[in-house]
Amino acid sequence: MNHDTYSDQYIRGILNTVKTIAMVGVSPRENRPSYFAFKYLLERGYRVIPVNPGQAGKDILGQKVYATLADIPEPVDMVDIFRASQFAAAVVDEALALAPRPRVIWMQLGVRDDAAAARAEAAGVKVVMNRCPKIEYGRLSSEISWIGVNSRTLSSRRAPLLGKGVQRMSLDRQTTGGGSTGASERAAREQE
Amino acid sequence: MTERTPGFATLAIHAGAQPDPTTGARATPIYQTTSFVFDDVDHAASLFGLQAFGNIYTRIGNPTCAVLEERVAALEGGTAGLAVASGHAAQVLVMHALMTPGDEFVASKKLYGGSINQFNHSYKNFGWNVVWADPDDIASFERAITPKTKAIFIESIANPGGVITDIEAISNVARRAGVPLVVDNTLATPYLCRPIDHGADVVVHSLTKFLGGHGNSIGGLIVDAGTFNWSREGRYPMLSEPRPEYQGIVLHETFGNFAFAIACRVLGLRDLGPALSPFNAFMILTGIETLPLRMQRHCDNAMAVAEWLANHNKVAWVSYPGLSGDRYHNLARKYAPKGAGAVFTFGLKGGYEAGVKLVSNVKLFSHLANIGDTRSLIIHPASTTHRQLSDAQKTQAGAGPDVVRLSIGIEDKDDIIVDLEQALVG
Repeated sequence: MNHDTYSDQYIRGILNTVKTIAMVGVSPRENRPSYFAFKYLLERGYRVIPVNPGQAGKDILGQKVYATLADIPEPVDMVDIFRASQFAAAVVDEALALAPRPRVIWMQLGVRDDAAAARAEAAGVKVVMNRCPKIEYGRLSSEISWIGVNSRTLSSRRAPLLGKGVQRMSLDRQTTGGGSTGASERAAREQE
Repeated sequence: MTERTPGFATLAIHAGAQPDPTTGARATPIYQTTSFVFDDVDHAASLFGLQAFGNIYTRIGNPTCAVLEERVAALEGGTAGLAVASGHAAQVLVMHALMTPGDEFVASKKLYGGSINQFNHSYKNFGWNVVWADPDDIASFERAITPKTKAIFIESIANPGGVITDIEAISNVARRAGVPLVVDNTLATPYLCRPIDHGADVVVHSLTKFLGGHGNSIGGLIVDAGTFNWSREGRYPMLSEPRPEYQGIVLHETFGNFAFAIACRVLGLRDLGPALSPFNAFMILTGIETLPLRMQRHCDNAMAVAEWLANHNKVAWVSYPGLSGDRYHNLARKYAPKGAGAVFTFGLKGGYEAGVKLVSNVKLFSHLANIGDTRSLIIHPASTTHRQLSDAQKTQAGAGPDVVRLSIGIEDKDDIIVDLEQALVG
């Protein structure tokens, strides 16, 4: 499939159905983007398992850290790769070797490896590249609109709240396409 | 696979707005509150640490203002917006994110007079140095670039006198220099021109004018195009360096293609404080819903008035790029094909006295110092806004003794013309 753009339906379908996410490359440092995404997804109700060989055996936000994907003693629905592009292929192959296989392999914003993606897709695994699940959750639930970001969605339906609290929104929101950000996407391709 | 992108008029009504999640209110509520309760201590910590999206305090963000931010960002084709107290405040926050003391930026000398004042005088106190260039001579921008240059600033349609800037040509200069292009799109609005499509990296607005459109609320807005690579050379430490204000977060790495808007919010708005009132945001949002209808009518009326004035025996000249003989006509056809805006100047053969008489005689036009209202507005700069300047200075500023500026409203065009006629001959 084309990995330059993804439909909102495709991304929502993934984020709405996966429950357990193994996040490879989570930092224990509070100011790192990987920590941000890890904490956010935990707070949105996902079971998120940190994978980081340097932190193996320790806890991040109460979640036990594993050295490798193979060490995780339970099935995972999705592997989220927070490593630079040149390391992504090895993680993809580790993920494809898991039994049972994860249903989704997700590579973070700035991470892309088309050959590895093709191997995953050939094995029936859905792939997302160069996206952040935190930003995508925020965009599709409308939470990100609170900080003035163009969510690229429109809706005449009330957005549902997520569980308890007033500042958490659910992904079960009906939307259509919104304002596009083509200039930014073109610039990103030029900068690659 | 991608969803259809809705048209401009649909975005003008819907972008950023959805029924209120708790009450179902369909119009955007005015969240007239200073503060927002936290769900719990962890939630508060996540918000303050920028780890969660949400509302803390209206000086930093407010749900009514956020709808306005997303609305204008969507209309401009940008990744994010930030609403602030005025267009002037928007410019200060943009420069605050880009500049350190001793830095320079290159600005078109054909700008709104208020911007010229701000850049020449108040920025001096921050050590931000403006270098002026001539939009009619693109090479003058190239020549003005130095190792200290951090940005280029232009207006798409320049106030007061119908100057259309060649955005693409200047964006090429900015690209070669490795600096962002900042475009004030107030007079055009995204309905007439979307600078991001022509290479702008940041767009600023005075919402007070055509976007709000009804002359009732002051406001400003910054749009992040999401196009500039802030980390490439490390020249923009607000974006590319760990921030001591936020336990060492690097904003560009953390927020990607909307990091500039976040920097303006969490480093600029939070600490300098020019927040927009939620009530003003509501008024401006209501205005934006009819932007496409109003703007087309503004332009159609302005064209009719400009053509009529150009044939009037008391009028020496008309500066409106919609007119086929105008020096900016070709640029207007490229950058603002739906219309050349509704603000322009013309010269009276009778000079200063004729200008004073005209503004004294009008009955439908309002004599005041704003533009971009539903009402038609008139001002004689030489006897008002530019009164303190010498005649030579007035002429250089495009405010010579004979110059009258009009902002054409959306009344019936025949009534606008009849009022000018009776005031010119009266």
